[in-house]
Amino acid sequence: MNAGATVRTTYREAMREAIRDAMTRDPRVFLMGEDVGHYGGCFAVSMGLLKEFGPDRIRDTPLSEAAFVGAGIGAAMGGMRPIVEVMTVNFSLLALDQIVNNAATLRHMSGGQLSVPVVIRMTTGGGKQVAAQHSHSLEGWYAHIPGIKVLAPATLEDARGMLWTAIEDPDPVIIFEHTLLYNMEGDLAADAGPVAIDRAAIRRPGRDVSLITYGGSLYKTLDAATALAADGIEAEVIDLRTLRPLDEATILESVTRTRRAVIVDEGWRSVGLSAEISARIMEGAFYELDAPVARVCTVEVPLPYPKHLEDAALPQTDGIVRAARHVVGGNG
Amino acid sequence: MPQLGADMAAGKLTEWLKKPGERVKRGDIVAVVETDKGAIEVEIFENGTLDRVLVEPGAKVPVGTVLAMVRGDGEAPSAAPPMPRPMPAVAPSVPKPRPAVAVPERRAPAGPTGRLRVSPAAARLAAERGVDLAGLRGTGPDGAIRIADVAAAPAEVAPAAEPVAALPEPATPAEAIRRAIAAAMSRSNREIPHYYLSHAIDVSRALDWLARGNEQRPVAGRLLYGVLLVKAVALALRDYPEFNGFWRDGRFAPGAGIHVGTAIALRGGGLIAPAVHDADAMTLDALMASLRDLVARARAMRLRSSELADSTITVTSLGDQGVDAVFGVIYPPQVALVGFGTPAERPWADQGTVTTRRVIQASLAADHRASDGHRGALFLARVGQLLQEPEKL
Repeated sequence: MNAGATVRTTYREAMREAIRDAMTRDPRVFLMGEDVGHYGGCFAVSMGLLKEFGPDRIRDTPLSEAAFVGAGIGAAMGGMRPIVEVMTVNFSLLALDQIVNNAATLRHMSGGQLSVPVVIRMTTGGGKQVAAQHSHSLEGWYAHIPGIKVLAPATLEDARGMLWTAIEDPDPVIIFEHTLLYNMEGDLAADAGPVAIDRAAIRRPGRDVSLITYGGSLYKTLDAATALAADGIEAEVIDLRTLRPLDEATILESVTRTRRAVIVDEGWRSVGLSAEISARIMEGAFYELDAPVARVCTVEVPLPYPKHLEDAALPQTDGIVRAARHVVGGNG
Repeated sequence: MPQLGADMAAGKLTEWLKKPGERVKRGDIVAVVETDKGAIEVEIFENGTLDRVLVEPGAKVPVGTVLAMVRGDGEAPSAAPPMPRPMPAVAPSVPKPRPAVAVPERRAPAGPTGRLRVSPAAARLAAERGVDLAGLRGTGPDGAIRIADVAAAPAEVAPAAEPVAALPEPATPAEAIRRAIAAAMSRSNREIPHYYLSHAIDVSRALDWLARGNEQRPVAGRLLYGVLLVKAVALALRDYPEFNGFWRDGRFAPGAGIHVGTAIALRGGGLIAPAVHDADAMTLDALMASLRDLVARARAMRLRSSELADSTITVTSLGDQGVDAVFGVIYPPQVALVGFGTPAERPWADQGTVTTRRVIQASLAADHRASDGHRGALFLARVGQLLQEPEKL
C-alpha cells in the first residue's frame, strides 16, 4: 500500500472498519447489542457486518442492557473478546451494576485470577434534538471508576485505531463515540491501524492558552482556536483522547508553557471531568498559572429538546472564545 | 511536656523525682523542668505507677512531648523494658533569621478584599526580581497582575537585606524571664483590645478590721491587706464569670475554677504570677498561707506546673511602691487583670461632709472581645462592696 495514500471516509465507516479489522484478526472477537445485526446498528455502524460475519459473531440482543452487558462480561471472563454496543450512555445506566460492580472489580476481587477483556462501545452527547433521555454526556461518571479505561475517539484515526488496542487490553475498556461525529467526513491514511490509548494529543499548538477538550467538543474548540488566532491569541488545543487514566503529563506540560487553561467539557460542570482536570492543574502547575483555570461546560439542566435551547445549553464555539479571551486578558 | 506559659514552646527536663516502678498519685511532683521562667515542678494528674520515662534529664523537648508513661492501677506493665529512650534535643525556640532575599511586601490593597490580585506565576517572578507589585497595573482577568505585567516592570533595587540576627541563648535566668515577659506582653498588646476602668474604694473599715484581727494572731500568721483584695476579687468573679477564663480560638472559655494569679516581683528583676487555686473558696488564713508559700517558692524558682498554667485572672498590687493606681497588661490568654494602688488617706466627701478615709484605687484591664465596660464597672463596684464587709470575706 502506498505510504501517504488516503481514502475518503467517515467516522462511522472508520469505526465499522475497526470492527471488521478486529473480527478478522481474532476469531474470539464478536459484536453484540441492540439492533446491531439485521438493522445494522442504531447509528448504522455495523451495517453489512451480519452478512459478512454471520449471526454467531454479529448478535442482536434483547432490550436489556443489564443482560447483554453482563453476558459480554461473562464471555470476556470465559476467554472471548466481546465488543458490546450500548445505544447511548443514558441507557448504559441500566448496566451500571454489571460495569462498575463486576467488570471493574473482578480482577481485584479474584486476586488477579480473572481478566475481563471486554470492550463496551456507546454513543454520548447532545446536539441532535433527541432530548434529555438520549443526549447526556456521562462519560465522566465512568472515568471516576478504577478498574476500567475510558476512551473518547474524536478523529477518524482514533475511530479507526482505538478499538483494536482496546480489545488487546486485558481489562474492560469503554469507548464513547459522540453522536455528532458519525457523519464527519475526512481523509484517512489508507494504511491506518491501531493507535496508542494512553496519551493525549495536541491537535493544534499554541503558546497563549491551553484549550483542553475531548470527543465531540474537539471541533468546536478547534474552531474557537481559529477565531482566537484572528485576534492574535495562539491557543493550543489538547484532545484528551483517554479520559481514564488522564494523561496528566501532557496537560501540565502544556499549561506550564501557556500559563492559562480553559477546559471544554460537554458534561456538566459540577463534580465532573472538568473539575478533575482543573484540580490536577492546581495540584501540579499552580505556580505556573497566570490566570484562574476556566471551564466551558453544559448548562446544568436536563438537555432541552428545542434546538435553540439545546444550542444554548451545550458548549459552543463563541463561549469557548469568550472564556479564552477572558483568561488571556489584556492584549494577549 | 506541659505548657507553662502562653509563649512556652519547649522545656528542658532537668530532673526526675520519681523512678520507674514507683507509685505516683495525683498531685505528686514527679519531675523538674527548666523553662524561661526558671525551674518548674511538674505535677502528675493520675494515680498509678510510673512505668517508664521517655525523656532523659538534660533533653530539651517541645511542649506536648510525652515525658513518661504511667500505668493505671490494674493495667499490665508495658512489654518494653523500663529503659528510657533518649529524645533528640530540639532547637531552642528562637526566631529563625529571615532569608537574605528581600521579598517585596504587598502594599496598596486593590481589590474589595483588600488584597492585590496577582497570578501565582506573576507573584513568583516578582519575588525573584524584587518587583514591587503595588505599583503595577494589572492587565489580566479582572485587572489581575499577570506575569507579563511583572516582566515589563523595572526591577527595583532591592533594599539592603537586613537579616534579623538569631537571639542568643539567654545569659542569665533574669534575662530569660525578661524575654518571656517580653513575648507575653507583646502578644497581649498585639492581640488584646484592652479597656480600662478605675474605681476608688474606701478601705478604712477593712483595714481597721484587719488590724484588730491581727492583734489576735501570732506574728507569723498575720494577714496582709492584699489577702482581702484577692479574696474580694475571687468572690466578685462568682457573679461576673466573663472575667474569669480565657480567650481561645475566637471565643471566651470560662475557667474551670477561680484561680487567681497574683503578681510576685522577683528579686533578680521581672515578675511571675502563679495561681492560687480556688481562691474564692479559701479562708483568709488559708489564702495568706498560700500566698506566703507562693512568694517563697516563686523567689526560689520552684513553682509547680499547675500554678504557672492555671491562672484564670491576674491580680497585681503595687501598693508597696506608693503609686496611686496601676493599669495592667493582660496575661494572655486570660481576659482580665485587676490592679490595686496604695491605700492612702484621702479627703472623702460623704453626706455633705468632708472627712478623711483610707482609699485604694482599684482598676480593671479587660479584654473587650470577652466583655464590655458596663459589666466591667459592675464587677469593680462589686469588689468595692465586698471590701465594705471584710468579716464576710
